[in-house]
Amino acid sequence: METAITVVLFVLLFTTAVLVGRQRNLFAATMLTGIFSLVSASLFTVMEAVDVAFTEAAVGAGLSTVLMLATLSLTEDVEPRESRVSSVSSVSSVSWPALLVVLVTGGALVYGTLDMPAFGDANASVHQPLSHYYIDRAWDEIGLPNMVTSILASYRGADTFGELGVVFLAGISVILLLGPPNAPAAPPQTESAESASALTADRRAQVREMPVVRTVAKVMLPYIVLFAFYVQAHGDFGPGGGFQAGVILATAFILFGLVFGPKELTRLVPPARLERVVPLGPLIYGGVGVVAMLMGGEFLAYGAFTPEHPAHGHHYGIFLVELGVGITVSAVMITIYTTFATRPRTMTPYATLSPSEPPVEVGLAADDVPALPEERLVSAEEVAS
Amino acid sequence: MIADILQVVGAVFALIGALFCVIGGIGVVRLPEFYTRCHASGLADSAGAGALLLGLMFFADPLVAVKLLILVAFLWISSAVSTHSLAKAAFSKGVRIENLPLQDWRVPLAIPRADGVDAEPPVEERR
Repeated sequence: METAITVVLFVLLFTTAVLVGRQRNLFAATMLTGIFSLVSASLFTVMEAVDVAFTEAAVGAGLSTVLMLATLSLTEDVEPRESRVSSVSSVSSVSWPALLVVLVTGGALVYGTLDMPAFGDANASVHQPLSHYYIDRAWDEIGLPNMVTSILASYRGADTFGELGVVFLAGISVILLLGPPNAPAAPPQTESAESASALTADRRAQVREMPVVRTVAKVMLPYIVLFAFYVQAHGDFGPGGGFQAGVILATAFILFGLVFGPKELTRLVPPARLERVVPLGPLIYGGVGVVAMLMGGEFLAYGAFTPEHPAHGHHYGIFLVELGVGITVSAVMITIYTTFATRPRTMTPYATLSPSEPPVEVGLAADDVPALPEERLVSAEEVAS
Repeated sequence: MIADILQVVGAVFALIGALFCVIGGIGVVRLPEFYTRCHASGLADSAGAGALLLGLMFFADPLVAVKLLILVAFLWISSAVSTHSLAKAAFSKGVRIENLPLQDWRVPLAIPRADGVDAEPPVEERR
C-alpha cells in the first residue's frame, strides 16, 4: 500500500515537473510549482520525515508561491514568444550528435544509480557511523523527544548556523539590491495626517470590495500567529522549530499585506524597523555559541551552560537558537514580501505576444482592485438614494 | 463493540469524503465554465476533505480528534472563502457566463451596508 502511494506521488511529481517546464504562462507555472512542493511534502510524509515535510509545505507550497506571485506582479507573467519559438525550432532540427551525447550521459548516470544503496537502507554508508550514534545517544545526551531537533540544533548546530546565514544573506541581498521599500519608512503620522481623507475613501472602496475576505482574515490572523508560537515552542517535542515557525509568522503578516494592501503592512511593520530585526537571529545564534565558549565549552556546545546537568544546558541552548532562527526567518520573509509588493510596477507592453492571445492579468495586491463596472456603481447610488 | 461501531462510522465518513473528492475532480474537468468549476473545486475542498477528516476523527485518540476538529473548522472557513474570492476576482476581471441575463442578478450585489459605515474604523482614527 505504501509502495503504491509512493509510486502515485512520484508520477504526480514527474507530471507536475514536466508541466512546469512546458508552461508558458508564468502565473500557471508558479501555481504548478506550489503543487510540486505539496506533492513533495506528501512524499516526505510517506517517508516519515515529518519535519522536512512540514518545512516543505510551509515554505515551498505556501510562502515561496506567494513571493513568486509578488515578483510576477512586478513583471510580465507570460513568457515571451521568442524563447519558445527558438526552443521549438531547435527541437525540430535535432542535432543528432548532441542527442547521442545526452543519451549516453543520461544512461551512464542511470547505470550509476544501480550501485546506490537500496531506498531507505539503514546500512547505507551515509548512515553508517553517525546515524546509529544519534539514535543510540541523543536521548541520553540531550533528552528531547524529537531527535530531529536534537540533531538540527545541537549535534549539527554549526550547519544550522550556516543555513541561518544563508537566509540572512538572502534578506540583506534583497534589501541591498531593491533598496528600501518605497512606502514611507519615515514616521507615518505626518503622511497620514495629510492624506487621511484620501486614504479613508480608498479604504472604503476596498472594504466594500471584499468584506468577506477581510473579515475572515481578521478572525484568522490571531490564530495563525498563535500557531506560529506553538510550532516554535513545540519543536522539541514534535515536528516544528524555528524555520517553520518563522515562515508561519511571516505568512500571517503576508496574509495581512495581501488582504489589506502592502501600504497597511508597511505601517504595521515599518521596513526600517524590520531591517534592524533581520540580523538579530544570527546574533542570538552566534552569541549562544560564544557564551558557551566563554563558559568553558566549545562553540555551540550548550552543555557548558549547566555543567552539573548538561541536558538542561542543551534545552536552554536549543530554545535560544531556535528563537534566533525564527526571528530572522520571519523578518527576512516579511522584508522580501514588502520589498517586492511596494515597488512600483514597470510593466512593459505585451509586444512580444501575438494579438490573438489575450494576456492573463494577475491581481495580487489589494491596491490593484479594479474599478467597479459602470452599471454597478450607478445602481448602488440608486439603491442608496 | 462500541469501537467497532466507531470504526464503521468513521469508514463511512471517509468513504463519503473520498466520493466527494472524486466528484469534485470530475467536476473540475467536465463542467463547462469557470464558476461551475469553482463550485466543483469548492465541493472537493470543503465537503470532500471535511468528511475525510471527520471520518479520521473516529479512528484517532481524543487529543488528535480535537486537533482534527480544529482542522476541519479551519478548512471549512478557509476553503469557502478562497472559493468566494476566486469567483469574485474572476467576476471583477470580467469573466462572464455566456447567455445569462446579467442585469437581474447584478443589482443585489451593489446594495451598500444599511448603516453606511465600514466594517471597522480606519487606522488613522484608531490612533
